[in-house]
Amino acid sequence: MSVATRLAAVPGLLLSAPARLIELPMAGLQKLLGIRRMPWVFLTPNLLAVLLFALLPVLINVFYSFTGSDRLYPQDRSFVGFDNYATLLDCGNYLDPATCSRDLFWRALHNSMIFVPVQVTTMILVALITALCLNRDIRGRGFFRAVFFFPVMLSPVVVALTWQWLLQRNGAINAILDFFSLPTFNWMVFPQSAFPWAVFVTIWAHMGFYTIILLAGLQSIPRDVYEAAKMDSASPWRAFTRITLPMLRPVLLVVFVLCVIRSVQTFDELYVLTGGGPGSATMLMVQYIYEIGFAAQPRNFGLAAAASLLLGIVLLIFTALQLGLSRNSRDG
Amino acid sequence: MADTVTMGRTMSPRNLLLARRGGKKLHWTDILTYAFLGAGFLIMFLPVLWVVVSSLKTPANLSEFPPTLMPSTAQTSVVEGFKAPLPLFEVTTKDGTTKTLAQIRRVGLNAQMIDPANPEAGKIVVKVADAKPLRKFHLAFENYSELLSSTGGSDIWRYVYNSLFITVIATVITLVMNSMAAFALSKYRFRGSNTALVAILATLMIPATVVLVPVYLIVSELGLVGNLWGVILPTVATPTGVFLLRQYMLTIPDELIEAARMDHASEWRIFWRIILPLSSPALAVVAIFSILSRWNDFLLPLIVLNHRESFTLQLALASYQNENGVQYDQLLAMTTLTALPLAFAFIFLQRYITSGIASTGIK
Amino acid sequence: MAKLHLENLNKSFGVVEVIPKVNLSIDDGEFVVFVGPSGCGKSTLLRLIAGLEDVTGGDIRIDDISVVDVPAADRGVAMVFQSYALYPHMTVRQNLSFGLENIRMPKPEIENRVETAASLLQIDTLLDRRPKQLSGGQRQRVAIGRAITRDPKIFLFDEPLSNLDAELRVLMRIEITKLHERLGNTMIYVTHDQIEAMTMADKIVVLRDGVIEQVGAPLELYNRPQNEFVAGFIGSPRMNFVSGMLRKQDTVTLSFESPGLPALVLCVESTASLPDVQPATLGVRPEDLLASQDAQTGWPVVVNVLEQHGANSYLHCTLPDGSPVLIHEPGQSNVSRGDVLQVTPRENHWHLFDENGSRIVSGR
Repeated sequence: MSVATRLAAVPGLLLSAPARLIELPMAGLQKLLGIRRMPWVFLTPNLLAVLLFALLPVLINVFYSFTGSDRLYPQDRSFVGFDNYATLLDCGNYLDPATCSRDLFWRALHNSMIFVPVQVTTMILVALITALCLNRDIRGRGFFRAVFFFPVMLSPVVVALTWQWLLQRNGAINAILDFFSLPTFNWMVFPQSAFPWAVFVTIWAHMGFYTIILLAGLQSIPRDVYEAAKMDSASPWRAFTRITLPMLRPVLLVVFVLCVIRSVQTFDELYVLTGGGPGSATMLMVQYIYEIGFAAQPRNFGLAAAASLLLGIVLLIFTALQLGLSRNSRDG
Repeated sequence: MADTVTMGRTMSPRNLLLARRGGKKLHWTDILTYAFLGAGFLIMFLPVLWVVVSSLKTPANLSEFPPTLMPSTAQTSVVEGFKAPLPLFEVTTKDGTTKTLAQIRRVGLNAQMIDPANPEAGKIVVKVADAKPLRKFHLAFENYSELLSSTGGSDIWRYVYNSLFITVIATVITLVMNSMAAFALSKYRFRGSNTALVAILATLMIPATVVLVPVYLIVSELGLVGNLWGVILPTVATPTGVFLLRQYMLTIPDELIEAARMDHASEWRIFWRIILPLSSPALAVVAIFSILSRWNDFLLPLIVLNHRESFTLQLALASYQNENGVQYDQLLAMTTLTALPLAFAFIFLQRYITSGIASTGIK
Repeated sequence: MAKLHLENLNKSFGVVEVIPKVNLSIDDGEFVVFVGPSGCGKSTLLRLIAGLEDVTGGDIRIDDISVVDVPAADRGVAMVFQSYALYPHMTVRQNLSFGLENIRMPKPEIENRVETAASLLQIDTLLDRRPKQLSGGQRQRVAIGRAITRDPKIFLFDEPLSNLDAELRVLMRIEITKLHERLGNTMIYVTHDQIEAMTMADKIVVLRDGVIEQVGAPLELYNRPQNEFVAGFIGSPRMNFVSGMLRKQDTVTLSFESPGLPALVLCVESTASLPDVQPATLGVRPEDLLASQDAQTGWPVVVNVLEQHGANSYLHCTLPDGSPVLIHEPGQSNVSRGDVLQVTPRENHWHLFDENGSRIVSGR
């Protein structure tokens, strides 16, 4: 028995007493309802939780987005129609957030629209190269895989604080620059440097996750295909472009869509690392929702709900894209 | 070919280090690979190592620039007539010899010093430029002991308790609830099973951030704002857990359940005594992911837990600087402590975690 | 100890009717084998009796009490599954006692039953092992032991030997037969292997597409198959079939004519009930074909392949029209490839079937 299996047995042991208490009523329930209805008994707790905390909230969110006032409870809220959406979309010039009535929303949107493409392409590129390296027949593969993966385990707060410590005025990054007699910066004070670092830190934290998926994809490509290519005297580059990439395509698609969805939702790391600053230079969509709905006084739940529904639509498009693409690639 | 074989056989240190597994000669692409992986190692690992090293430095040591590589502290000496120990300096005197002196105070560019070996000689005025502080290697474990002691002013044990409570309870509930649902969806044929499965999996597409406001509403309707249960309940019905467990349970032969049914086992007993023990590998994966995400969770606790007594470690960590100023020695120690449990978990469970991710693409 | 009656038993999965209508009576203490090709509904029939599938129509009665609405556990039947379905995480002892614990039987009684079953099956030394640590034959014994501890009225076996290698299968076959003699319970055994059916059964039930083709003692089925299907299914190697026309010659002889072959004269007790001419299929088992190189009468066949098994020889031949004929000769044959033989069926060892496959008349 491996460690994890044993660990998994621990809650089982702890629960054996309550389980006996459950057994009798459950047996009674079975007598009462018959075996046929038992699956519903097993499903009910999970379904209730899903309804209460996932499906119902979507409906409530729609309701919220059409109501105003800073009151939380629905009965206190007044219907305002599309006002929240109109406010969000009210803009003199969509390219210039300063002309919008909710300039912060548009700044966050602009930031996201730069952040997401840059972060996703860099992330996938680096993760792919790493996975290719780790897929080679080299010494210390397990070690390097662990090295690239372990930041995934760190909490966003720890990640943010780690890099805050490195990037502060007297931090290690500046010390290295100073050692080579290069000028030092106060990285987090200037938008031009804070934004790239924000992208970098999120890549640092999540890259390992995608590397693992890509590595699994690479390892599922049968070895004999490469051997056949070698017999056909294909160069390594040709083998990469004509065998690896096409065969990795489904996995790359999954990684791409996952990466986009997560990237759009980035919040924790940047909230702690930069707080969205300097100014609003690194504020992304989710932080805007948080700020408007929870941090600002008075709280504007309606606007937050409207903004999150817009975000949800964007995410839905990407999810649909993933489903469509993955179905396509399975057929093709 | 002959020399490649001997290359592989002779285990010179260089070959041992650089040779590929097959024992073949090193190709330039291998060097490139190692260079990339080596650079990756530095970028991924050193920042965290630096935080750990820094957490063992004294506040004075932390504020130095450029920072010292190793945690160190100023050497001090107790001199007669002075209550506090005085820091020691190496002073270059005018005649070129060096002397160890203790500094009493600094006045502008000059410092008043005293010879600890000969205090009767009286105060000596030295230029600051001529004095170099004497240091010694010192691991400031007091950062940790102060943080962990109840007198340190921080409620760290309360945060640890809150985090642990949420993680353990939520994980246990998740395991039981998800596996019950997975059992129903994998081992029974019944009308509505597909609808139920779709309803559960559809929540995969609803990002937590999108339903932030209504979840907060529901939590507050339940009277759970500021209560740890307010963080536990919304997270227990993970669709990924149901999915993973269901896929696993599908591989358990139906005949086992039929045999158990003929053995007079009730449906609950079948679930508890047959299905759950047999699903332990999948349960382990679900448990690990649940622990990981509950321990690291930030956004939901941030909106639900609105007073300090209910803070989790992550919240306390994130809000640390707001109240105490930036007390970096404590903050870094706390950061290290927060990351530590997961670091250990990772060492033991790496295989499960990576295989779990590889098979589902879900965190 | 129990009698079992199936009355107009019907089972459909959605629109697919797996078992149209089955009527069958099984006497107390009988060893009955359901046999048929895969997909013939024999396993479904067994699962209906076990209570693992719901009946669509008809009735199942055990000792004259209807059990269609009784849950599987309460029918007084025990089942040995094809995959054994041993609980992998429990020891052999726990596997045997799980069902007894579920009905809250007193501990000493459980102990007693487990010990008895274990020693009966010679698995008493394995009680603390897990299924993974057992060989295939041992697992089989544990599965049977689990059924025995429940002391059922009827034992149900679902292809229990199909996962064993050939040698073990023969051994377990004998063991199960002995077990039946010893326990005397009613046993129903499903298999697709007609050798198992022939060697173990008191009564064989041949099934095809959910329909009972014939019920009877093994040799009865072998000697007097009611139709072409049963004739072809029972017996190994398979019976040879030649199609042609059957002509009535007089009151006791028939003539079988196949295109391109000399007519064959077959003697029967009476031809009174037969039409003058009808299309028919002649079936002759390989061991009932007499071949000789110098005979003047009979069908000419060419030897294609000669299989010498030592004690037996199998001659794969073809008729002039190319259809294959297999001849079984005891001992070692001295013909060789390409030889032309004259074959005739042994007297009274042939079967005639009509267009629908039903038996017209058999040689005996």
